[in-house]
Amino acid sequence: MSRRLSDDEYQKTLSFKLRQWLDGTKDPFLDVVETKPQEIVIEDRDGQDRRKKERNLIYEQVYDLKNNREMKWFERIYRVLSVAFCIFLVVMLLFAVSGLPTFGDPKNPANNEVSKRYIEKGLQETGAVNIVTGMILDYRAFDTLGESHVLFIATCTVLILLRTDKKYGKDTIEYREANDRTHEPKNDVILQTVAKILVPPIFIFGIYVILGGHLGPGGGFSGGAVIGAGLILYVNAFGFAKTERFFTAKTYKIMSFSALACYSLAKSYSFYTGANHIESVIPLGTPGAILSSGLILVLNICVGVVVAGTMYTFYVMFRKGGY
Amino acid sequence: MQIFFCILLGFLVVCAISASLSKNLLNSILIFMSYSLIMSIIWILLESPDLAITEAAVGAGVTTVLFFVTLKKIHAIIRTEKKEGEETDE
Repeated sequence: MSRRLSDDEYQKTLSFKLRQWLDGTKDPFLDVVETKPQEIVIEDRDGQDRRKKERNLIYEQVYDLKNNREMKWFERIYRVLSVAFCIFLVVMLLFAVSGLPTFGDPKNPANNEVSKRYIEKGLQETGAVNIVTGMILDYRAFDTLGESHVLFIATCTVLILLRTDKKYGKDTIEYREANDRTHEPKNDVILQTVAKILVPPIFIFGIYVILGGHLGPGGGFSGGAVIGAGLILYVNAFGFAKTERFFTAKTYKIMSFSALACYSLAKSYSFYTGANHIESVIPLGTPGAILSSGLILVLNICVGVVVAGTMYTFYVMFRKGGY
Repeated sequence: MQIFFCILLGFLVVCAISASLSKNLLNSILIFMSYSLIMSIIWILLESPDLAITEAAVGAGVTTVLFFVTLKKIHAIIRTEKKEGEETDE
């Protein structure tokens, strides 16, 4: 320790405060955070007994495994039939694969006028250097809109299934089960250091993948998934108290609603102009520039926002059952 | 390059089979994760980097984490630890 200042003077400097803020011990707005000591949850005897009893009850009374002859026969036939069905499926699939056209044959049915048009006129019509993005976000943007809505509906379903009620008190088993961060060390130094180094590059890579979707490999879905994975890593390292400062249920609602609405409005505009043969006012720009290819950049950002929020919300729901 | 591709495909088959045959659920999730990683390299070799990024982020990242959380919720990880502890005690 080659510290020139004494402890009292060092604690007044800006670098000490910055250090405290980085370590998460003290926040300039919220004061001291997350210094609560770890409490160990031990499930009491009654809870274990109750769970065992329920399991035995199902085996004994519902199935009655010892005396139930139908159940035994059913199990035997089930095993034989499952193996037979698997073999049948494998043979069928192999048979179907043998009938597929060979890889890279120019006479393949997929090599028709549709893909020819995409390859020849894709750059001209969509302005996207990456043909795949031009296809999924311009020619077939309606499909992608449906995919975004599928993701949103999936999140709603997970919310319905996994959201916990608030009626449980703080001391019940249900509450502790839901809040399972109490089982593990709260401030893991290795995880936090790795997260501190890794999370910013992950976010930047995700943003790069989203913004460069029309120029190179990438796009909204992959970039959003990368950002979502980064958020999950951040939550694991620093806890929910820190992420809830910038990401709550309300944020997610606003984010996904505005992104989906923006996507729908932008696309309905281009469908309207396209169906009525009206010239679109949105310029395609020079291919290769970041502000080019019409609406594709906007749509990519919308999809990315929805996907990132969805990934993170899935994780939070599985973990805590609510924000 | 052809040999490398064949090795990767072999790994893929081995991972797929061992993931379904593994007794320990935690192990089979880890094997499934390596399956996704190998698959993402294969996507790059098949010249579709778009899919490679998605596979690496969703298959190896998010899905695996969700599986881990589920295992933890159903006490599958803790139970195996306890079993091992009991065996050493005896």
